[in-house]
Formats: sequence, C-alpha cells, structure tokens
Amino acid sequence: MAHFEMLTGTDLTPILAQRMYYEQVDLVLWFRWGLYLFAGFFGVFPLIVAYVVLAERKIAARFQDRIGPNRVGPFGLLQPFADFIKLIIKESIVPKGANSFVHILAPILTLISAFLVLAVIPFGIGLAPVDLPSGLLYMVSVSSIAALSIFLAGWSSRNKYSLLGAMRGVAQLVSYEIPQVMSVLPVILWSGSLSLVSIVQTQQYDQGWFLFSPPGILGFFLLLISSIAEVNRAPFDLPEAESEIIAGFHTEYSGMRFGLFFLGEYLNVFAICCLSTTLFLGGGSLPLQGYFAGESHHMLAAPFDASRQSTIKLNAHHEFPENPSTGFKIHITNSAGDKEAFQVSHRVGNELVLMANRPVEFKADTNSRVSAAARPSYAAPWHLSNLLMIPVFFAKVFFLIFVMFWIRATLPRVRVDRLMSFAWKTMVPLAIANIFVATIWFEIVIRPAGGFTSRVIAWIVTGILTAGVVAIVFRINRNSYKANDPERRPTLISRSGDSLLAATTQGL
Amino acid sequence: MVYNYIFIGLLLLVATAFAAGPLVLVALLAPKRKSKNKSEFYECGVITVGDSWVRFRIQYYLYAILFVLFDIETVFLYPWAVSYGGLGFFALIEMVIFIVMLLIGLAYAWARGALRWQ
Repeated sequence: MAHFEMLTGTDLTPILAQRMYYEQVDLVLWFRWGLYLFAGFFGVFPLIVAYVVLAERKIAARFQDRIGPNRVGPFGLLQPFADFIKLIIKESIVPKGANSFVHILAPILTLISAFLVLAVIPFGIGLAPVDLPSGLLYMVSVSSIAALSIFLAGWSSRNKYSLLGAMRGVAQLVSYEIPQVMSVLPVILWSGSLSLVSIVQTQQYDQGWFLFSPPGILGFFLLLISSIAEVNRAPFDLPEAESEIIAGFHTEYSGMRFGLFFLGEYLNVFAICCLSTTLFLGGGSLPLQGYFAGESHHMLAAPFDASRQSTIKLNAHHEFPENPSTGFKIHITNSAGDKEAFQVSHRVGNELVLMANRPVEFKADTNSRVSAAARPSYAAPWHLSNLLMIPVFFAKVFFLIFVMFWIRATLPRVRVDRLMSFAWKTMVPLAIANIFVATIWFEIVIRPAGGFTSRVIAWIVTGILTAGVVAIVFRINRNSYKANDPERRPTLISRSGDSLLAATTQGL
Repeated sequence: MVYNYIFIGLLLLVATAFAAGPLVLVALLAPKRKSKNKSEFYECGVITVGDSWVRFRIQYYLYAILFVLFDIETVFLYPWAVSYGGLGFFALIEMVIFIVMLLIGLAYAWARGALRWQ
C-alpha cells in the first residue's frame, strides 16, 4: 500500500476497497456461470461447430461442382447427428504396443484447449464468459496446449506416419505461434490492455476497428495466416497430409476418438475466427463506429490535483458507467491548455475514481473541461443497440470461417520446407517490423487523441512504411529462395517422399 | 480478479466431461471384437519395419530453441505494449535495442542455415 502511494502519489484506498467489493462471487454470478457452462459450452458452441462442419462440406462440394450431403433431413440438415451416431457405434481401435492412456488423453486435450480459448471471447456487451485482465496472454497459453495434444497423439500411436505427422505438426505449430502472438501486439499497444472486453470497447468507442490502419491490416493478415497454420488447415495441413503420411498424427484414431479431434479442430477454427474478429474487426461494433466517435464534455465540479487525488468530481455523470471494467479513459484540459489522459476505475455517485498507474503532475481548476468518448450503449446490456452487436459479431465470425473454407478449396498444400521458411523468414520479420510501425501510428493518432487530419497523416506515413517493410522482406526471401532451391521451380508439391525413406532407414 | 479463475477451473472440468462423455458412450455402445490384424499399425498395408519410438532429427530441436527464444521475447513484449502509453519514447528505444539483439540472433541462425528444412 505504502509502496503504491510512493509510486503514484495518490491515495488508492477507494480503488482497493472497490476491488474487494467485486471479489465476491454471489448467487447471480454462479447462475450466469452455470448458464455459460451448460447452455453455452455444452449446447450452443458444439451445435455451431456441428453446423460449421456441415457448411464446410456443403461449400467445399459447391467449390468442386458437387451437391454435398443432402440425404439426412431437409437439405441434409440432420447430417451432424447422423455422423455423431455413426461415430458413437464405431469401435475404437488402439494398436497393440501403443500407449493407451496417452492415446485417449490426446483428443481430450484438443477439446480442452479449444474450450478454454472460448472462455474469454466477448460475444457482446456483458456476454464474455469471463473478462480476465490478462485475457490475451491467457489465450496464447491455453491455445498452445493444442501442440501438446498433437504430439501426444502421434507419439502414443507408435506408428511411423503418426510420429512423422506429429513432429511436423509440433514444428509447424511452434513456428507459427511466434508470428501469431506478435501480430496481435499492435492491438495491445493501441488499446493499452490485455483484456479482450477492453480491446473491443477501445475499438467501439475510441479508435474504430484496428483493421483500419496500415499496421492493422498487416497485423490482421499475419494473424489470419498464422491462425490457419495453428489449426492445421489447408494449405498448411501438413501434419495430416493424406497424400504423404496417410492421416498424419491421427492415423491410428478411429470412431469417436477421431471424432473428438475433428470436433476440436473445428472448435479451434471457430475460436480463431472469434479471436480475429475481437482483435481487429471490433467485436460486435459496426464499421467506422468509433472511428469518428463524438466526444461528450463535462465540467469539473471541484478543483482537481492529480498528484494528490484519485477521485474527480463532475457535474454531468450519467453517461459514465458504474463499473466500466477497463479501457475507459477521460481527458482533462485545464484552463492553461494542458491535456492529460486518465484511466477510470469506477464511478461512485458523481465522482469518478481514477486508476493511477504512473505518477502524474497535473492540476485543474473548475474551468477545466473533461472530455470522454461518447458511449451511448451503457444504458443496459439488453438495450437494442447492444443486442444488435451479437448478430453483427457472428456475421463477422462466419464470414471469416467462410474465408477459411475458400482458402482451403483454392490453394494447394504448401511444401514442408517452404512452410517452415515462410514462418521464420517472412512472417516473423514482418510481425516484428509491424510492432514499430504500430508505435508510429500510436504516436501520431492515439497518444495526442488526434482527429481526422492526424489520421490522414498517419495513414500516409505508416502506409509507406508498411509497404516498404513488406517489399523488403519479400525481396530478401526471393533472393534466398533462388540461392537455396536447387530445383529453382515454383512448385508447391511436397517432396517429403524422400524424407520418409530416410525416416525408415536412419530414424526420423 | 481472482474469482474469474474459478470459472476457468469449472470450464476445465466441463470440457473434460464433454470430451469424456462420448468416449463413455462408445465404451457402452460400440462393439469390441479384437483380432490380430486389426490391432496392427496402419502403414499403408506394408508390414512395419523396426520400432517407431526412435530418436528425432536435430533439426526439430533447432526450431524448438528458436521458439523458446522468441516466446520469451513475446513475454517481455506484452507488458511493454500494455504500459507503453505511460512510458513514452525512452521505452521505445529500449525495446528497439532488445529486439535488434534478438534479430541479430535470427539473422545468424538464418545465415548458418538453421532455418533451412532438410
């Protein structure tokens, strides 16, 4: 406590008292959690995923000039249930000499990973199962369980093809995890938070979609590409490349155990699309909603000295939420023209309690103006404008899922050496460079809380930088391909036939 | 807020139950007929030569080491990005130095061919 006071010069007692208050888990919260767990994770998400599978079969069929499943129920709509029944009554075969415990653990781990990722996604206002302050970090850590399950599956099967698929899978997953986690850094930088709820709020009320900026566009595509690789889908489905290594890591899986892998993969696809929507497409907000967001202005009711106080008295307060979670900022401009931004912790009556995470020397008299981004939708979570966010969110998610199907139907499988060098030689340098371009955007647009002109300047500056970075990285790689590739032909066909021969003769 | 992790714990249980439920159904409903040929490994019908649990190529470890290196870098980058708004220009310079040091490592690995899949 004393340490904090020394650090910030402000009295943090009210903040801590408020925190203690929120620490209680009351009956309402238990009820909400129960609803999420049993209606959401047992009902809605598996149902969505079952129909995503059906949609993929239908859409892939259309891409290949077929009709797709249409026998079970009207338009084949009962197909997922027929598949489930089929999987249930099939025998689960474990090959002799395989490690049967690990063999059964692997598909369970895949599902657990996919479920845990979905726990922090904000599907609408007040519709995030939990709002962890470190949500994104949590997400990165639980989604990497998938690599473990792939390796366990391949190793426990005691099959050369499985093991080869697993080794490839782990190498691919760890390689693409780096660009994946680095591509979201601009988002963290711009929103100043790891909480996914706060990231959505920043986009909805302050910044607009993070996609609408050159580093945002680059970051979004890096995230999308590395996410496709993370969930092992075409063109990055080498761990299960059926033309080379039978079915890869799940060669020895049959019946429901294979079904769990399948379900886990599609749950992961759904989760990844939810994540991309949350981070770059503004969650459930409409395009340009926060881009030119209006500001609401208030007057100070009493003088305010940031180095001594943590609460601020306002005249108009009804727009401010009682528990704004995180990411809610106000700007105070004093009569001398100095401007300072403050993070709001919560509201008590017409006093805002500020969160001080750094020492601030700032004084304001009663003529100072307090401005904040206008937030009309704090009326109630079930207000119409907030309810509309849910279909908007899912429309974006399903569009991204469709893009994934589209990519799968269009592109051939990447060669294994190309796959790895693409991760390390193209994606990682681009993601790192993107962080610095994102800081430039931050300095021009977000720190000064600039308007239209600063956005135009930032578009020009960061646009040139982003294009330059992409051009340089691709140029270096083109030269290195020429130097390294003995065949010098732009083929995408895998050459792993010889590596398999080497595997059987001298170990993997 | 600590109580949120109670939900994560509950979700872990629910996810395990969700995955284990169908497997229990399979144990009750599915046929179990063992035969010698059925429990063989499936390697395209060719009889298996040697054991699969062998040592791996060193190439995989190189990727793993690089992964650990860059993952730790990310662990430093995340909090830096969160608090960058309050830190300012000096923090940017420090991060540039830190990342350039790592990039030299990546360039070295690249030049020595550690990133080339063989």
